Amino acid sequence: MSAAQLSDGAAGQAVEEEHEEAGLRRGQPVAALAVSASAHGLAGCETCGLVSRLPAHDRGNCPRCGEHLHGRRPASLERTWALVVTALILYLPANLLPVLNTLTPLGSETDTILQGVVELWSPTSWPLAIVVFLASITIPLGKLLALGYLLVSVQRGWVESGRQRIQLYRMIRFIGRWSMLDVFVDTFVVALVQLKPLMWVEPGPGVAFFAGVVVVTMIAVNSFDPRLIWDLPLRTSDDRA
Amino acid sequence: MMRVAGRRSPAASLAACPDCDLLQKLPSLAPGETARCLRCGAVLWRRPADSPTATLALVLAVGILLLIANTVPMLGLSIAGNTTLTTVIGGVLEMWREGRQETALLVLFAAVLAPALEVVLVLVVLFAVRQPPAPHWVGACLRAYERIREWSMIEIMLLGVLVALIKIAELATVIPGLALFVLGALVFLRAAMAAAFDPRAAWECIAWATDVSSPAAVTSEGEQ
Repeated sequence: MSAAQLSDGAAGQAVEEEHEEAGLRRGQPVAALAVSASAHGLAGCETCGLVSRLPAHDRGNCPRCGEHLHGRRPASLERTWALVVTALILYLPANLLPVLNTLTPLGSETDTILQGVVELWSPTSWPLAIVVFLASITIPLGKLLALGYLLVSVQRGWVESGRQRIQLYRMIRFIGRWSMLDVFVDTFVVALVQLKPLMWVEPGPGVAFFAGVVVVTMIAVNSFDPRLIWDLPLRTSDDRA
Repeated sequence: MMRVAGRRSPAASLAACPDCDLLQKLPSLAPGETARCLRCGAVLWRRPADSPTATLALVLAVGILLLIANTVPMLGLSIAGNTTLTTVIGGVLEMWREGRQETALLVLFAAVLAPALEVVLVLVVLFAVRQPPAPHWVGACLRAYERIREWSMIEIMLLGVLVALIKIAELATVIPGLALFVLGALVFLRAAMAAAFDPRAAWECIAWATDVSSPAAVTSEGEQ
């Protein structure tokens, strides 16, 4: 692809000169060199995509959109770890506390998320039960495990399997939102089953914790900087310092 | 400043992959083509096949359908001759009344506010960039649009409503309302809207935050 060539244009020239300094041929495909923008003191704006030169202290503002410009998201590893731990703590009450209380004149019955899945299991609706199980139990936990793995891999300075790790990151970024499914299910069950005094449903405290898990894990995925996966160990330790 | 906004500058075709930071030059794409990162395969730029006018029509359609989806009943429940109807916002209100305010707000945001904001922001940007350079505050709208997208969860809500329907179906007769079908259409139209809108092209039509003679901009280095 011609995208690989850094040829015309002022910015291209600047970059090429540096390549030549490193003893590399003019117009050589970037893929073969695998130069990251940060290696040139450049940074792509995370908001508008403009590539500009980073000020010496590694912080600045994008000249086009005005957003903060940084080589890597600041304190990415620490923030992501903190959010992963928070989500893990919230995950327990989210699954142990009831999300729905069904009340009738004869008494009440409480359901946790898992009990809700079991109740949904029937000869006709089992595919939905599987979807709810995946969205509510598997995805949040899988997302936290995957983030933990990515964080450890970056901190250990692994240089291999970058492509697999970025695909894992993209997957959790893409499917993470679907954990909200159970929050919507509970909301509309509560909204509809208000047949007092015959039968009515109240939301349990588990819903709030579960919503917390979804929001915190989404923020955690966004605070992780995927570019760290590709950085050489030296660069990574610099970032953490 | 006015000179630069609205035309392709060399730096505009230079890209640092958002997922792996690989520096590469973007080719000029034909409508419908996609440029991917050479190292990690991330989509660097997808040039929509739709014309700006077609995109505007799509966005307006999404806006109108959103209005309908949030005003007409979505679901009804019929038991022993009594029928209760609820809208999306009705569900939020019930959650609020039952004491789960934080959850109610989250549902309100993900199901109503974020999708609505998304449409309004795209509309503002599309209108503003028709006469470049658009004022700098349009950039703030574009930024907000990109941030809010993942929190707009109409498709997830629709699946949630369907699961709720199945759960309730054994208790009473469930009546699907018009909004349910409108939401179904919205899932596809929203995806089409996102695919038809090109934030990269919009950024090129927006005035810069700082004067381009600033040494921070790579572009300006060669231009002086």
